[in-house]
Amino acid sequence: MSILTFTIILLIGAYLAGLLGSLTGLGGGVVIIPLLTLVFHADIRYAIGAALLASIATSSGAATAYVKEGITNIRLGMFLEIATTMGAVIGAVIAVYTPTNTIAILFGSILIFSAAMTLRKKNQEASNEGSKLAAVLKLNNSYPTKDGEVNYKIKHVGAGFSIMTLAGVLSGLLGIGSGALKVLAMDSTMRIPFKVSTTTSNFMIGVTAAASAVVYLQRGYMDPGLAFPVILGVLGGAFTGSKLLTKINPTALRIIFCVAIIFVALEMIYNGYNHKF
Amino acid sequence: MKKLLSKTYWEDQDVEQLVGLQLRFGVIISSIVVLAGGTFYLLAQGQMAVPDYTRFIGEGQGYTSFTGIIRGVAHLQTKEFIQLGVLLLIATPILRIAFSLFAFVLEKDKLYIGITILVLCIIFFSMFGGLKV
Repeated sequence: MSILTFTIILLIGAYLAGLLGSLTGLGGGVVIIPLLTLVFHADIRYAIGAALLASIATSSGAATAYVKEGITNIRLGMFLEIATTMGAVIGAVIAVYTPTNTIAILFGSILIFSAAMTLRKKNQEASNEGSKLAAVLKLNNSYPTKDGEVNYKIKHVGAGFSIMTLAGVLSGLLGIGSGALKVLAMDSTMRIPFKVSTTTSNFMIGVTAAASAVVYLQRGYMDPGLAFPVILGVLGGAFTGSKLLTKINPTALRIIFCVAIIFVALEMIYNGYNHKF
Repeated sequence: MKKLLSKTYWEDQDVEQLVGLQLRFGVIISSIVVLAGGTFYLLAQGQMAVPDYTRFIGEGQGYTSFTGIIRGVAHLQTKEFIQLGVLLLIATPILRIAFSLFAFVLEKDKLYIGITILVLCIIFFSMFGGLKV
């Protein structure tokens, strides 16, 4: 196959990955890894490098829209970023000593977990009880809705911080945004309303990915021949996805895609188990 | 300069709006650089066979270090040009942290100035800490 044909096929694949990531809410990065490894049979290390770039591109692209609405809790994001960036650095270090097959199995498991997370019921309630630490750290905030500003308070800051560290480690190890874990920490543990947790997690994904991307770039995981179609394709797909989301009701679509993603994840685990990476 | 440092000027401008613009420009500029580099890469090498991505060999100096990438760009190497776009993309969220630091300085929020500097330090450690082994 010539480079031209390869680039065009990968561009289309990355576009679909970006579209799928945006419609399911999983993010652009996670679909890139199975696309590159299972379809193009690329080494998982190249796939991780490309997926990190896809995560940064989609999170920065999507953040542009959120910033204006004033929903993102910047202080909360910044505070938790201590945990995720530290985790990302640890993850990038562990990655050197982790066999690629183990990484593939871990990735498949996280993918199944993420798909299940997008299908679950979301926390819409703003909590009125907050912990002392949340007040000291000025994490309690408000966000605009149709019926005016809604105030919310935050609980279990320590537990949330710990889950964020884990999310950071996985993100550094696997090259994904691990948005699902971030939302779990904020949504279920810290009791933050869904709208705030999704946008704040998106803000954090780019920074977390950048923290490990600088290591992976130096390690030679980022190939320009892959980066070119992946970045442009994923961005295009995510853009189309965000336009589509305002027009269609994605619930049915989300279920179908999540089931499809679970099958992909099972194949990653199966191949990893049989030492095919 | 005095105007730039006065708090009211930036309050009017709204730092958050600025951050939104910075993110948008970061993504757009890096995409344009990647697209330009990629187009010339395809024109120059499009007919060649695909490199073997099934085996991981890593990338050469030219693609993995700042100086290597800049030197390649200066010599109009197409792949290094793509890597320059990659660098700009990675820099986008890091620059956003720097912008937030600026906002916290204006608000005189000492706690968050400290937290933001800590996050920046972790990222810089990751960059220069010799973790590439």
